[in-house]
This record gives sequence, C-alpha cells and structure tokens, in this order.
Amino acid sequence: MTTQRPPAGSSGAVDAPDGPVLDVRGLSVRFRMRDGRDVAAVTDVTFSLRPGECLALIGESGCGKSVLASALLGLLPGNARTTGHARLGELDLLAADERTLARTVRGRLIGLVPQSPAAHLTPVRTVRSQLHETVRALTGIRKPGLRAAGEAAAERAAFPAGHLDRHPHELSGGLAQRAATALALVGDAPLLLADEPTTGLDRALVDRTADELRRHADAGHALLMITHDLAAAQRIADRVAVMYAGRVVELAEATAFFGAEGPRHPYARGLLDALPERAFTPIPGMPPELGDLPPGCAFAARCPKATAVCGTVPDPVDGVACHHAEETARA
Amino acid sequence: MLELSRITAGYERRAPVVRDVSLTVAPGEAVGLLGPSGCGKSTLARVAALLHRPYSGTVVVDGRAAHGWRHRAPREQRTAFGVVFQQPRLSADPRMRLADLIAEPLRATGRRDEAAARVDELAGRVGLSAELLRRRPHEVSDGQLQRACLARALVLRPRWLICDEMTAMLDASTTAALVAVVEDYRAESGAGLLTVGHDSVLLDRWCDRTARWEDLASGAG
Ligand code: SF4
Repeated sequence: MTTQRPPAGSSGAVDAPDGPVLDVRGLSVRFRMRDGRDVAAVTDVTFSLRPGECLALIGESGCGKSVLASALLGLLPGNARTTGHARLGELDLLAADERTLARTVRGRLIGLVPQSPAAHLTPVRTVRSQLHETVRALTGIRKPGLRAAGEAAAERAAFPAGHLDRHPHELSGGLAQRAATALALVGDAPLLLADEPTTGLDRALVDRTADELRRHADAGHALLMITHDLAAAQRIADRVAVMYAGRVVELAEATAFFGAEGPRHPYARGLLDALPERAFTPIPGMPPELGDLPPGCAFAARCPKATAVCGTVPDPVDGVACHHAEETARA
Repeated sequence: MLELSRITAGYERRAPVVRDVSLTVAPGEAVGLLGPSGCGKSTLARVAALLHRPYSGTVVVDGRAAHGWRHRAPREQRTAFGVVFQQPRLSADPRMRLADLIAEPLRATGRRDEAAARVDELAGRVGLSAELLRRRPHEVSDGQLQRACLARALVLRPRWLICDEMTAMLDASTTAALVAVVEDYRAESGAGLLTVGHDSVLLDRWCDRTARWEDLASGAG
C-alpha cells in the first residue's frame, strides 16, 4: 500500500497492473458568472489514487475541494466548464454524459459518503427500506433475497441490525453516519468519496468514523476523503493533498506531513501551526477571491516567505508548488 | 457571575435533555463545556444565554435572577449576552448584507447612530474587508460568515459570551483566528465565556477550565 508516486504531473501513462482507480490530470473548473467574470474554482489539479489507498484532500471552506468532488460526480451546475481528465478505469468522468453518470458512476463506481448524513437519508422511511431500494437499484437483487442483502450491507458499515427499522431521526449522529455509509457501500464501488464525513462529530465519533472508513480502504476501496479536519486526516490518510485557492499546493506522504519533517508548503505549515495542539496561531488574513486571483502565487499576501519571484505562479516540484518550499530531510 | 442552578430543560417535558445541571462562570472566566453531540450541552448554552426557558432551575446573571426568556427577557439582561452558534447559515438572515447583520443588534436597541463606527471597528478585528461587508450570506464562505456572526455577538459589548460549537465547521486557521478575537475582546472587556464543544484539545487550550458533560449531569443527581 505504500506508494512511490512519481511527482504530480510527470507521466501520462497509467501503470499496470495495479494502476490507479482514479487518475486526475490537469483538472480545472471555471464558473462563468452572470456579469461575465470567470471564477477559477479548481485549477490544474493532478493526483491519482490506488486501490486500498486513502488520500485526504484538505483545505478550508471555499478552497475548491467540494467543487472538485462535484466535478468527479458530474454534479456541477450548468455554468461550470471543466478541462483536463479524471479517469476512473476506462471512463473519463469529465466527458461522461449524465445518463452514464447516473446509471454507472454514482453509486456503482463512486460511493458517496455524504456530509451531514441525517440530511442525506430520507426522513420518512426506515433505514431498512432505504437500503432495500438501493440494493434493488444497484444490484438487481429482488424480494426473497432483499432482506438478507440489506442486512449484509448494514453489517459492512457496522450498522446494528436491531436499528434497521428505525427512521433517521431516531438515530444518533454516529448511527446516521453508518447508515449513510452502508448506502454508499451497497454498489461495492471501487472509489469511495467521503465529503467532510466527520463534521460536527465529537472526537470519539470522529475517530470511530475515520477508522471505519480506513477499514473500507483496507478492504480494497480507494478512498478520497475531503475534509477540513486535520486530526481525521492524520488518523487514516496515506497521503495528503492540500488545496489553497483552487490549487493543490502540496501532495505528500501523511507520515512525513504530520510527522517531524512537517509540511513543505508555507500554507500547509501555517495550517498545522494553527491547531490547538500546536501553536494555535492563525495564518494572517484570508484567502483571495476565486473570481479575483492575484497573478502570481495566491498565498503571497499571507506568506512569511514571499519574495519577488512569487509574482509568478509556482509549478509543482516534487509535490510542492512553492518557490521557497522547505527542503526535505530525505533529499 | 453567571450562575445556572439545578437546570432541567429540553424540548419534551417528559424527556428533558438537561437534567438537574448546575454550572457557574465567574466574571472574566473562560469555561469550556465538553460533551458528545446531542447530549444537551447546546440546550444548556441556550438556557444560559436566556434563549431557552428551562422547565425548572434558576439562572442568575450578575446577581439578578432571570425571569423572562428570549424577547421576554428584560433588555439589559438580554444585551448582556453575545451568542455565536455552530451554523452561521442557520442564524444569519440571508437577505441582510454582512454590515447590516453585524449592526442589527445596535439598530434593534435604538443605537443606530453608533452603527457605522462600530461595524468598522469590529470588521477590522474579525478581518472582514469593506468589500465583504457589502455582500450577503450566500456570497461568502462559511468562515467569512462566522466572522460576521462573531462581530455581531460583540457589537453590544456583552459581559458574557456564549459560543455553541462556534468553530465546528471551520478549518484550523479560521478557528485559531476567531478564538483569538474572542480572547482579545475578553482581555480588554473582562467578559466571561461559556464555550460549548466536542473537541477537548481545543477547549483545554482555550479555556481556564473545562467541565465534562457527564460529570455535570451525574454530579447533581
Ligand atoms: S510561492 Fe512564494 S508566496 Fe507562494 S507560498 Fe511559496 S514562498 Fe509563499
């Protein structure tokens, strides 16, 4: 499971035989606004994800990570334009039509573990009936086998069989999360996409939810976890991608990133330093508007290391997009 | 002092989520209240801020017992509190520009003429630009909206701050920034703080002491 990735963007070839489940190359998303302006929500994002691997995509709200998820699921609004590739097996998600996305991608190739599961579940129906519907739609299993298949799906997500006949509002936050995860797992999708799966959960539940997601990765799924929760990322990720102002500014092994070496990009360092278990000091200022990005490095206005060269956008080198990245101890 | 004594409260009389809980915050003190989601700690925070009427028990604010809740609370008691909630989108009127959102408590208490200067000062503290102040909630990020909600909570210079999971949706840097704003305000005003959360690392770093929900709930029983 340890992956010796070539630096991001280096090769277009897909490595066989255990090639990536998901291969994203140069993905950009632009929103055309009514006043004719373009909002650069995602810019030139490249990463790949193998079976059994967990990649945490971290960054603050508005950094583009949710837009990236919507692009993969084909759920972008009408005024969005995408460029680049996002290959899931043979399929380019960005080129797929809505029919393909609805019939073969969502649920079957990508299982979505949603943010706020309580809102994602249908309030008027029991968990069992929602599982049955999803099992029927995704696997074609009918009546006599449905009950067993539903219970098996619940068990995979550690959802207790005794609670299957409850409605969503009768579940605790943790159980609602598991019910939503059970639904996401029904199609046995090779890629699991978890969108802020731990928001609002208390620490014990964060750990448990994260561990359960890790278990599904260990079972062979590729797991893309989108989160602002650095503790959850540290707990289960193999690699970390940090997004800032629409770009991945650092892509690193999680052990190095969270360990003694630390992040190599000034924004990522600032983010970790802001944690209450570390310095608890905020990064000064706020991110730039995606509709009004500066010409050079988008972090320059907040960056303690900025110099004149930062007036040009840094290309990623060895996973880090910064003109003055920290040296690696390993180099 | 902010004294909560033997509070029982909830949304269903036969199944109150808060049972016989007592908690005191001294002037200038920062108290964290730690508990799992859904345990009732947010309800207790709302009782403390005079936003939710308990079934039984008393709230004493600076020596005076509270008798009314929400709009029935006497103005000088109500305005002693600044409150920030977890989800800024649920607590912010979507039609208001951020500047009006921040100024609204001043307008509601007939202090309209102070609004412009006060909004300017607070916007500086929470890091909102003049351009952001002109936007409406759907035009800003969660973090920017929460900055505005914190500014609004400070606009009447409250003696007590109640933060209910204020940073649960926010990234680490925005969390640290908002906590710093709260602490700067408290350092100059001497305001007390009750902050409710589920992250023990955060509460231990932020507060003078942290009360665990399970201890409060059993200690009184
Ligand atoms: S490129 Fe320059 S401004 Fe940008 S993060 Fe690196 S040092 Fe800072």
